[in-house]
Amino acid sequence: MSVELEVFVGNNTMMDEDVYQLWLDGYAVNDAVRLRMEAGELRDCDVSTDVVLSDTMDQFRTFQMCEKLLHSPSKLANQLLFQIPPQKQAMMIERYYQFDRPFAREVLGKKLSKGMKKDLDDISSKTGILVKSCRRQFDNFKRVFKVVEELQGPLVDNVQRHFLVSDSLAKDYAAIVFFANSRFETGKRKLQYLSFQDFAFCAGQLISYWTVGAVDKMMEDIDVDLEKEFLHNLKDLKVLINNKDMLDQHKSLVCAQLRGRIKVFSEMDANFKNLSRALVNIAANLTHNKDVRDLFIDLVEKFIEPCKSDKWPVGDLRLFLTHYTSTAHMLETFRYKPIWDRYMGVIKSCVLKMYHD
Amino acid sequence: MPGKLKAKIVAGRHLPVMDRASDLTDAFVEVKFGNTTFKTDVYPKSLNPQWNSGWFKFEVDDEDLQDEPLQITVLDHDTYSANDAIGKVYIDIDPLLCSEAATVISGWLPIYDTIHGIRGEINVLVKVDLFNDLNRFRQSSCGVKFFCTTSIPRCYRAVMVHGFVEELVVNEDPEYQWIDRIRTPRASNEARQRLISLMSGELQRKIGLKVLEMGGNAVVGYLQCFDLEGESGIVVRAIGTACTLEKLTNPPSNAQHTANSSPSKDIRESPAACVSGCRSSHSSPVHGAASRLAQGFSVSYPTLLFSGMGSGGSAGKEAGPLKTLLRQQTQTALEQREFPFFTLSSFPPGFLSHVGGVVSARSVKLLDRIHNPDEPETRDAWWEELRQEIKSHAKALGCHAVVGYSESTSICEEVCILSAAGTAAVLNCRFLQESCQDTLTEHRLSRQLPLFPSGSDKVEFDLGSSASLGCEDLAPPGCGFCHIPYDELNMPFPAQLSYCCCCRRAKVPDVLFTTIDLPTEATITGKGCLIQARLCRLKKKGQGEANATCISSLLPFMEYELHTQLLNKLKLRGMNALFGLRIQISVGENMLVGLASATGVYLSALPSPGGIQIAGKNPGDLSYEQHVSNMQRKINDTITKNRDIYQINPPEVVEEVIGSPIPEPRQRSRLFRSQSESSDELSELDLSHGKKDAFVLEIDDTDAVEDIHCLLTDAPTPPGFFSCNTEIMPGIHNWTSGLQMFTSVRVFRLSNANLTNQGLNKIFNELCENLLKSLYFKLRSMVPCCLCHLNFAVAVPEDELIQVAVTAVAMSFHKDQIQDSNKSGEDRTAMKVITEDQLQFPMELSAETTPAQLLSAAKNSGPSDCSTSGLARAPSVDYSSFADRCSTWIEQLRLRAHTIRRGSIKTTSSLERGSPLPDGRSRSLRSTRSFHGSSVAVVKMTPLSFIPGAKIIKYLGIINMFFIRETTSLREEGGVSGFLHTFIAEVFAMVRAHVAALGGNAVVSYSMKECVFMENPNKNQAQCLINVSGDAVIFTRETDLETSSTQLQAANPQSNEDTPA
Repeated sequence: MSVELEVFVGNNTMMDEDVYQLWLDGYAVNDAVRLRMEAGELRDCDVSTDVVLSDTMDQFRTFQMCEKLLHSPSKLANQLLFQIPPQKQAMMIERYYQFDRPFAREVLGKKLSKGMKKDLDDISSKTGILVKSCRRQFDNFKRVFKVVEELQGPLVDNVQRHFLVSDSLAKDYAAIVFFANSRFETGKRKLQYLSFQDFAFCAGQLISYWTVGAVDKMMEDIDVDLEKEFLHNLKDLKVLINNKDMLDQHKSLVCAQLRGRIKVFSEMDANFKNLSRALVNIAANLTHNKDVRDLFIDLVEKFIEPCKSDKWPVGDLRLFLTHYTSTAHMLETFRYKPIWDRYMGVIKSCVLKMYHD
Repeated sequence: MPGKLKAKIVAGRHLPVMDRASDLTDAFVEVKFGNTTFKTDVYPKSLNPQWNSGWFKFEVDDEDLQDEPLQITVLDHDTYSANDAIGKVYIDIDPLLCSEAATVISGWLPIYDTIHGIRGEINVLVKVDLFNDLNRFRQSSCGVKFFCTTSIPRCYRAVMVHGFVEELVVNEDPEYQWIDRIRTPRASNEARQRLISLMSGELQRKIGLKVLEMGGNAVVGYLQCFDLEGESGIVVRAIGTACTLEKLTNPPSNAQHTANSSPSKDIRESPAACVSGCRSSHSSPVHGAASRLAQGFSVSYPTLLFSGMGSGGSAGKEAGPLKTLLRQQTQTALEQREFPFFTLSSFPPGFLSHVGGVVSARSVKLLDRIHNPDEPETRDAWWEELRQEIKSHAKALGCHAVVGYSESTSICEEVCILSAAGTAAVLNCRFLQESCQDTLTEHRLSRQLPLFPSGSDKVEFDLGSSASLGCEDLAPPGCGFCHIPYDELNMPFPAQLSYCCCCRRAKVPDVLFTTIDLPTEATITGKGCLIQARLCRLKKKGQGEANATCISSLLPFMEYELHTQLLNKLKLRGMNALFGLRIQISVGENMLVGLASATGVYLSALPSPGGIQIAGKNPGDLSYEQHVSNMQRKINDTITKNRDIYQINPPEVVEEVIGSPIPEPRQRSRLFRSQSESSDELSELDLSHGKKDAFVLEIDDTDAVEDIHCLLTDAPTPPGFFSCNTEIMPGIHNWTSGLQMFTSVRVFRLSNANLTNQGLNKIFNELCENLLKSLYFKLRSMVPCCLCHLNFAVAVPEDELIQVAVTAVAMSFHKDQIQDSNKSGEDRTAMKVITEDQLQFPMELSAETTPAQLLSAAKNSGPSDCSTSGLARAPSVDYSSFADRCSTWIEQLRLRAHTIRRGSIKTTSSLERGSPLPDGRSRSLRSTRSFHGSSVAVVKMTPLSFIPGAKIIKYLGIINMFFIRETTSLREEGGVSGFLHTFIAEVFAMVRAHVAALGGNAVVSYSMKECVFMENPNKNQAQCLINVSGDAVIFTRETDLETSSTQLQAANPQSNEDTPA
């Protein structure tokens, strides 16, 4: 004797947020039941496993049926199948699109293609996130990417408008889309110490200052790509290192500002030319797609690591970068000040964000 | 050419992709009514087509308007091959035919396909122009209103209750062998859906004709059922109660406040509601040419009458003649009707004089396999037979009417069990008298008038004296219906009678079983609870006559056992009456399953139930004795515990209160006592062991052991939960607006081939218990809450399957007030916890009202408080619903309070409307939605006839929908559970969408009449058929009555605004 069929359908769709989370986390029904029994939320109501099992099954089925709608969240509001109050709908959408940062960190910058199946298994075993959940998160990335890729206007707004997620979540998605589109290298061993948040911050900076939309809000262009013209112009910055006079002058100006104000003055003094060369070369090479992709690895290898090996405190680094940027304005023959500021503004905040263990 | 139907196809959305190549669809729409079809243009390459068609006009007979549904088919245009159907929408236009119901159907309706389920939505606009005066047509019955609700609908008043109407229609079933032919194209199932839609339209029209013939304008308690008889066809049958209803122009609350003023005065002048006599509802069979049913084998068996058990009882001399007299009056009045039946289950206060008990009849019939179109129709004869039986049972109980009447069938192969059940009752003679004076029909009861004068004195005397009881003067309506209607000296069955614990003047049985809801005027103690008796009986597989005989020989035993179980469980809970009793016996190939559900209460008028005693057979054995005493203790403990849970703690108190302070009745009761047999006295002294009727279970009997086991295994409801199968939970009044209607279905497979009856019982019992537990668990967030109208439906779809489907509503209530209601255990159910102050304040209110208001209010008040006859004047003081008055006062108060605070209310409601989301987000949410705002309107669904905390301001028409869903990819759809889950959700969605399109925001009296599920997992196939019904309504919250009424007016001609631009 066995239960052949067991369903419960309410006029108002019933869902338990904890069970929803278990489902999102990719648990199989039986594991979810076990976790619920252990969780203790049910301790005061005397229930058997059967009851919890049937409840879990009902809810999982409901979620599964809703999943199609969650793929285009605006449908959830005007579908007729489930009667769900608006707050609950918002909760469902937000949770569905939420992702685990360790997972996102793994996927960041990778091409969001179908060939990720095996990779997902690896990520799952590496991060401890269940494969099913990885799949959902990955599919979410892909879906958002696909929709937003072709749209004009601000990236964050687009994500929000089409997926009805919260502001902060939309920003994270913008970062993911941006990274996936430009295919930034994030997987190298040397970059492993950087978290998703670090990259998301950098993405935010890049989106805000280096894309077309950043310059001209009215321009109806894609927010996903870096502005070509800007990247091209960066070549001109080479003068800062190629012109020996200018380099020396720049150095002496920086030194004058920092003398006595930073602990690592001697190291800075000794390394100035190398550091300056590194930053300017990175800028100059950004015309090549390959070098754009390597932006972060270049920053780490050529700038952050030397500083780290000299044990620069982060405060000193901030001072250095501030004055390194501002003193360029005092160079009489340096004509590319707007470009320089646009470049260094982003580099400075990225480097500072990335400068940790 | 009496009618013009107009339809406009506006747009579609969320359509499925029909062209894989482009991932788009070239959709167009066919609009069909009768034999006329129109088409829209093809809207190419879109999943959200905007057709914006003109009006498609159908000029049709109103007869067709009633019978036919409007069929809308959405198709994908294909240049080279046949167009693919995406799905269909059937629109029942009946609600548009009645001036008082909906005026337009407009909105998004799901496009449904029997294989794929819901596939997008379509926005349509449907209107009807009727040219002539409706009532002049013979063939059509446009304008007759239908209500599923089994009481007088909230915003109407019954001018007259005409009585029972019934009809049935038969046709061949286009696809009855589902499983085998499941692969046939969906056309066959669609044909089926369409046919049933047609048949129920026709049925409704014919019922309507009968109603018009009787002079009525509405059918209340309309119950329509399908019998899928396999090869012998489909029977669609319906019963109902014909009424003349009058819409209350004022909100009911104002209207009812008539009762505030001294009732005796204005009631005299008010037009009375009445039961018109004796119109036969039965007409000669009107079945279509398709009737193919031949009478076959038929077995009827004597039916048990339930109305208390026990033995002995003394005869009261005083009450006897009066009873007889009353009975004679009313009986003769109703006798001229063929069937004095009422499908209503709750009545205006005072309508029921006495309730005799449950009457039921079943018969086993053999559906003939041979098609013989010439054979005369037999279904009518079968049912008539059954109804006659019911009628004679009622008569045996001294009752002239049957209320809470319903009919059902259970079919397995060619065997069919027909069941009819109701509650025998004596209706208030004043209501009938009224009809004598007022009704115009030639069938009126004036003939009976000569009888009255002799009776009237007695009546006045009796009731008048009850009025002299002072504070107890409300007792008669509170306990009157409990008094036995039959002659004590000549009882139809052995019953133990005692004097009514409320009035001490009439006799009452020790237990009372009924199929109706608890009358509002009833006085109860504590709270009620759901009581179920469950039973399985194996039977041999058989064929034809032998099988039918076997079943009919089993039935009486099952009924008896179910009854015994009910009685035991009732006693175990310390209660003495059952309401809403519904006994279902389902037949399968190798077993019969019986399920009896009811709501147990402690009626204050009835004596306290005795305990249950266990007796062993061999008292010598010491260990055995211990075993017995252990069990006895357990049972006693349970009884005590239950009394505690349900707050039943009245009996001694009640006797004292009644006994001492008022001299006259006391003398009387003493007198009676001394007259009565001494055995009564003796037993009353022995309170520790309960009364002498203590139920004795002999433990040697294996059945008894099983019974005891059954008794003790019923798990108590978890704290915070209550359950009942009636409309409202006796003893709970403070409902919040928290409401959750649900349907739960379970199918259980018995894999063990050689089960015993006991084993089977245990499994079935567990199945039901687990189902309930599961419901409590799921709804735990609503605590404190009550599961109301718990309606179980059992079926045996296959050899080793038992299916249980439950539909109910969970309603939460305010916890703090539960305390109040505890204290006032004696309060009437309808009273919303009334304190002394509240009672006085409204008095002032009523004093302010002008006579004119009173008069108009009286006119509008329900039938309860109206009665003109001189005879009834004095008693009518008492009979006018006290409870109603009180609640009305409070409603009035509320209304007033709200009028004063209207401004503040507006602000709060606007606050609620504000989005809880952060600003930026809500902006984006809004921007993506279509201009409907929150686009999908919330539609409440409830099996009850009301919505707590809300007023139903308009009935929009009946919802009666029938769907079939099939699949050939069961596994892919999540197995049987996934399949059914989706389907039920879809059915809910379609009901909600149709209600919303009618302009409504709720369905009341919702029920799932049929849920036939069949599977064939080996072939990866399944099929399910669901029939639901209810009343579409518009309600407003009592709190925002003011604001919304204006909105509503604006919303009524809403149609055009509702359509997308």
